[in-house]
Amino acid sequence: MAVRVQAEDFDVGVEIRHLMQGRTDVGAIVTFTGTVRGESGGRPITRMTLEHYPGMTEAELERVENEANARWPLQASLIVHRIGALAPGDNIVLVVTASAHRQAAFAAAEFLMDYLKNRAPFWKKEETPDATVTWVEARQSDDVAARRWEVPDEGST
Amino acid sequence: MAVKILYFAWVREKVGKAEESLDVPAGVETAQQLMEWLKDRGPEYAEAFARANVIRVALDRAHVKPTASIAGAREIAFFPPVTGG
Repeated sequence: MAVRVQAEDFDVGVEIRHLMQGRTDVGAIVTFTGTVRGESGGRPITRMTLEHYPGMTEAELERVENEANARWPLQASLIVHRIGALAPGDNIVLVVTASAHRQAAFAAAEFLMDYLKNRAPFWKKEETPDATVTWVEARQSDDVAARRWEVPDEGST
Repeated sequence: MAVKILYFAWVREKVGKAEESLDVPAGVETAQQLMEWLKDRGPEYAEAFARANVIRVALDRAHVKPTASIAGAREIAFFPPVTGG
């Protein structure tokens, strides 16, 4: 289990090799990579800047990862999130989950992304070709995506 | 007692600073009340907290509801809904 917040790019292949070093108990690895789109709501984007809350970001990512490990039998997991200035096509976030079987790895990866988008204190700012800078608005659909993982209250069906 | 207050993203831009240490009066008990109190500190605060209902709060680096008590908190952060990932 590990979380990293960094300005540098990451290499999915390298991360998988590190994660698998000396292991023979893994039967499935799922990776998710989020990248910068070159347009937003029909407007071209020239640059994206990611701000975060140092200290809380790491704590929140660890909470999210602990929650995933409590719910699914994971052999290993990794979250890497970039900060600073990024260009269209650049990597933003990497989630890797490793398990004995694919179901847990798929589900945990999706859960990690949904929860991270909803809880980790990152904020995106987009710049258009005419140098207009706007903060990205949170999407309602991301809230809904995170809520579907909520454990129902006792007594409800 | 002095409390460290942090601002992020457009809240930070509108307030014009990333953090400050403030003596919060005893009558200010919740994060919501703290936002109301901050609004009176100047036009930049009034603008930053005009849409207080969309602003999220963290106490000592953990998410809380705006109605949470701030008693004993050392670090209080205000920010827009998060947009990472």
